[in-house]
Amino acid sequence: MTDQALSPPSSQELVRNYRRRSATRAALVLGAAAVLFATVVVDVITGPADLNFLRTLQVILQPSVATVQEEVIIWDLRLPVALMAVVVGAMLGVAGAEMQTILNNPLADPFTLGLSSAASFGAALAIVLGWSVIPGVGGLFVTVNAFVVAMLTSLALFGFTRLRGVTPEAMILVGIAMLFTFNALLAFLQYGASELQLAQIIFWQLGSLARATWTKVGICLLVLLIVLPYFIRQSWALTALRMGEEKAAALGVNVPLLRLGVLAGVSLLSAVAVSFVGAVAFVGLVGPHIARMIVGEDQRGFLPLSALAGALILSGTSIASKAITPGVVYPIGMITSLIGIPFFLSLILSQRKRHWQ
Amino acid sequence: MNALTISELSFAYGARAILQNATVSPLQPGRLTALIGPNASGKSTLFKLIAGLLTPASGRVVLGDTDLAMFTTRDRLSRIRFMPQFFAANAALTVFDVVMMAEKQLQGWRVSAQDMSRVAEALHEGGIGHLAEAYVSELSGGQSQLVSCVQALIRPADVYLFDEPTSALDLHHQLAVLSRIRFAVEDRGAVGIVALHDLNLAARFADHLVLLGQGRVLAEGSPSEVLNDPALSATYGVDITISKGPREDLTVHAYAS
Repeated sequence: MTDQALSPPSSQELVRNYRRRSATRAALVLGAAAVLFATVVVDVITGPADLNFLRTLQVILQPSVATVQEEVIIWDLRLPVALMAVVVGAMLGVAGAEMQTILNNPLADPFTLGLSSAASFGAALAIVLGWSVIPGVGGLFVTVNAFVVAMLTSLALFGFTRLRGVTPEAMILVGIAMLFTFNALLAFLQYGASELQLAQIIFWQLGSLARATWTKVGICLLVLLIVLPYFIRQSWALTALRMGEEKAAALGVNVPLLRLGVLAGVSLLSAVAVSFVGAVAFVGLVGPHIARMIVGEDQRGFLPLSALAGALILSGTSIASKAITPGVVYPIGMITSLIGIPFFLSLILSQRKRHWQ
Repeated sequence: MNALTISELSFAYGARAILQNATVSPLQPGRLTALIGPNASGKSTLFKLIAGLLTPASGRVVLGDTDLAMFTTRDRLSRIRFMPQFFAANAALTVFDVVMMAEKQLQGWRVSAQDMSRVAEALHEGGIGHLAEAYVSELSGGQSQLVSCVQALIRPADVYLFDEPTSALDLHHQLAVLSRIRFAVEDRGAVGIVALHDLNLAARFADHLVLLGQGRVLAEGSPSEVLNDPALSATYGVDITISKGPREDLTVHAYAS
C-alpha cells in the first residue's frame, strides 16, 4: 500500500551507501590521477631514443641522477610536451564540463561557442597576412593572434548575452552565429592564401604539441590555478543548476551571475588552450561525458574527473601520435577523435541510465 | 516568530498585469495558509515575489518588521524556502545528492557526518529512503514531487512556500505530504503557504484560505468563510455546493454551470 511497506532502508544504511559512493568517487579520482601519471611517463619514453620506464621515472622524480643526454631528452624535449598534453587536456575537459552545465546542453564545448573557429581565424590572419593583432610579440604572433581573437569573440558573446538575456538558448545561438562567421572568414583567407600558407593553416588547425615549452606549460597552469578555485567555490551552485534554472534559483543560486562568471572562466581556459595547441576537437566534448557516466554530476566528483579525463585523452593522444609510425609525429587533432570515439561509444552502449534525454 | 505581511503587491510581464494590488492580512507563524485560485491567477508569481526571484513593480512583503527587499539575496533565501512546481530531471544526480545540495545551502565543499545523517533522516521520514540512490532522471512525477518536498523541509526557515506540492501524488501521498508540511510549519513556528488546486485538501489542512483570481485577492479567511463566499464559484466559473463530510470536514462539490 505504501512505500514504507517494502521495509525501507534505515537512515544508517542510507548514510553507509552515500559514504560508500563518496569513497568510490574519491578512489576513482585518485586512480585516474595515478593512471595519468603513468601515461605521462610512457609519453616521455615514447620516441626515437631508447629509455626504459623505471629509469625515466627515476629521472623525473629525482632530476639530479640524470646524465646530460637524459636531461636533454627527458627534461628539455619530452617532459614539456607530455605536461602540455596534460594541462591542455585538463583545461579543455574543465571548459567543456562547465560549458555543458551552464548551457544545459550535452553538445556544448569550446567549438560550439565558436571559440575554436575564432582562434583558427586569428592564427590564419597571422599566417596569411602576417598581421599581428598585438604588435611586438615576435615569433609568438600566431599564438597571440589566436588567443586575442578568441577572447574578443567571447567578449562579444558576453555583450550579446547581456543585451539579449542570459539564457542558454541565446548563448548557443550567438555562439553558432560566431562559429559560422569565423568559418566563412577563414575560408576567405584560405582562398587567397598560397599553397605553403594553406598547408600551414591546416597544420595549425590539426593541432600539435610539438611547440610546447616550459613557459607555455607554466602559463596554462597559471590559468588553471586562476579559474579552478572559482569553479570549485561554485561547485554546489553548478550542481544545483543541473536541476533546472528555477530550482537552482529557489535554492539560492544567482543564475545569470553564475552563467556570466563561468562563461568568463571557460572562455579564458579554451582560448589559452586552443591558441597553444590548435583546434583540438573532441576532448572538451567527450572528457566531461566520460566523467559524467562514471561519477555522475555532483561537481565534487564531476569537475576533477572531467579534468582528468581530458588530460588522459590528450596524454594518450600524445603517445599515439608518436607510436603509430616510428619517426613520424601525427597531428593530435586527428588522433583525439580516433582513439576517443571507440571508448566513448562503448561507454554509451554499456550505460544503463540515460541522462539528457 | 515573525508574521508575513503582503501589501499592495503588483507585478506585470510587459503590458500583461499578473498581480494587481494584492494585499493579504498578516499571515501568522505556525499556521498554514492555502492559496487557491484558477490556473494563471497569479499564484506562482506571488510565490516568486515573496521568495525574491522576481521584483515587484510596487508593493511590499514584510517579515516581522523588516521589508524583505532589505535582505541580501542569500539571507532572504535562507529565511524563505520556495518549492517550485517542477524541476528538470535529466541530471546524473541521485536523490541523496539533490537533498544534500539543499542541506548544504550551496556552501562548503566538505560534507560532515551531521549533514549525512540529517539527509538520511529526512529521506527516511519523507518515505523516500528506498529512492536515495536512484537517479533523479529515473523518478516518476510523483516521486520527484516527494523529493522536492524533502528538499524544501530539510532546513529551518521562517517562511515555507509550496507551489502545488501534491499535483502529481496519489491519495495516500497527498495526505502524507500535507500532514508533514502542516506539522513542520507548526513545529517550527514558521509561516506556511501552499498553493493547491484541490479545494477539499485546502479545506482539510489549511487554517486560512486566500482566493486569488486574475491577479487580485478576491477573498480570504477561514476555510468555511472562503468556501462559502460567492466569489469562489464566480472565479472558477462553476457551481459550488459545500457539505459536511462524515468527520465534520468541509467537502466541496463542483458542478459545471
